[in-house]
Amino acid sequence: MNEVADRLDDATRRLVAATQEGLPLCARPYEALAARLGATQESVLERLAQMIDNGSIRRIAAVPNHYALGFRANGMSVWDVADEAATACGREIGELPFVSHCYLRPRHLPEWPYNLFAMVHARCREQVEAQVERIAEILGPRSRGHDVLYSKRILKKTGMRLGREI
Amino acid sequence: MDELDRSIVNTLQDGLPLCEEPFAALAAALETDEQTIVSRLARMLDEGILSRFGPLYNAERMGGALSLCALSAAPEAFDAIAERVNAHPEVAHNYEREHALNMWFVLATEDADRIAQVVAEIEQETGCRVLQFPKQKEFFVGLKLEV
Repeated sequence: MNEVADRLDDATRRLVAATQEGLPLCARPYEALAARLGATQESVLERLAQMIDNGSIRRIAAVPNHYALGFRANGMSVWDVADEAATACGREIGELPFVSHCYLRPRHLPEWPYNLFAMVHARCREQVEAQVERIAEILGPRSRGHDVLYSKRILKKTGMRLGREI
Repeated sequence: MDELDRSIVNTLQDGLPLCEEPFAALAAALETDEQTIVSRLARMLDEGILSRFGPLYNAERMGGALSLCALSAAPEAFDAIAERVNAHPEVAHNYEREHALNMWFVLATEDADRIAQVVAEIEQETGCRVLQFPKQKEFFVGLKLEV
């Protein structure tokens, strides 16, 4: 996970800019993208494959709008697990189908003892609670405490600029 | 959404193949044809069922930096503080959450040094202490919503 980040060369930057709004919607999307860039389809496919390989692109995929699909409750569950157990715990929790993001982050003692963050999405708060309960069972005594921070309001949500997309 | 929409969403969350006719490659498994997949995708993007279809970039691998941050805003100052925080173009998203730390936002910058500068600016403008939660390790990312 630590290899040096891909340097953003011009061709990559242009590719990212050209896909900012997504992939062209047609039967041959990579050819259409190549046409936009004035490049060959072959070179575009090659570059995309390379970027998937080095992790610059996670995947080329559809991203559902949670909210529109009825997944209206989201809770950021946070857990205090011993540092030496944290990686194993993260792997187990990250694999759960209802967990979208799972990260290890620094504690801020004394007010913030939690180091494992797992974002849980569900149709309602009761379902989030049940899923958090499930995480608690899996972690067992490895969790020394947890909390769930429900989102109340989206204050800002923008796509990322330049060529950034998360 | 009908059954076919659901199968398309479920399948395409995993990824589109890298080949000349990627939808044709998926059509058989979905028991439909490529044109139908393309037009269903267009409709679902249009209706907001999908928020994106395309490459999902990993900003950090491309030299950028991300950091989750939180602060505790007094209720009476909350909206004014949110406005100041949001005014920074580096703030990619910002959520109000139910906790003493009630404002959680993500900073996204093209280079890593800029994160600390933006944090310092926000602290100065809001008078709030900003806690930073940069990720130290990432586990599987990619929620798959079975729809």
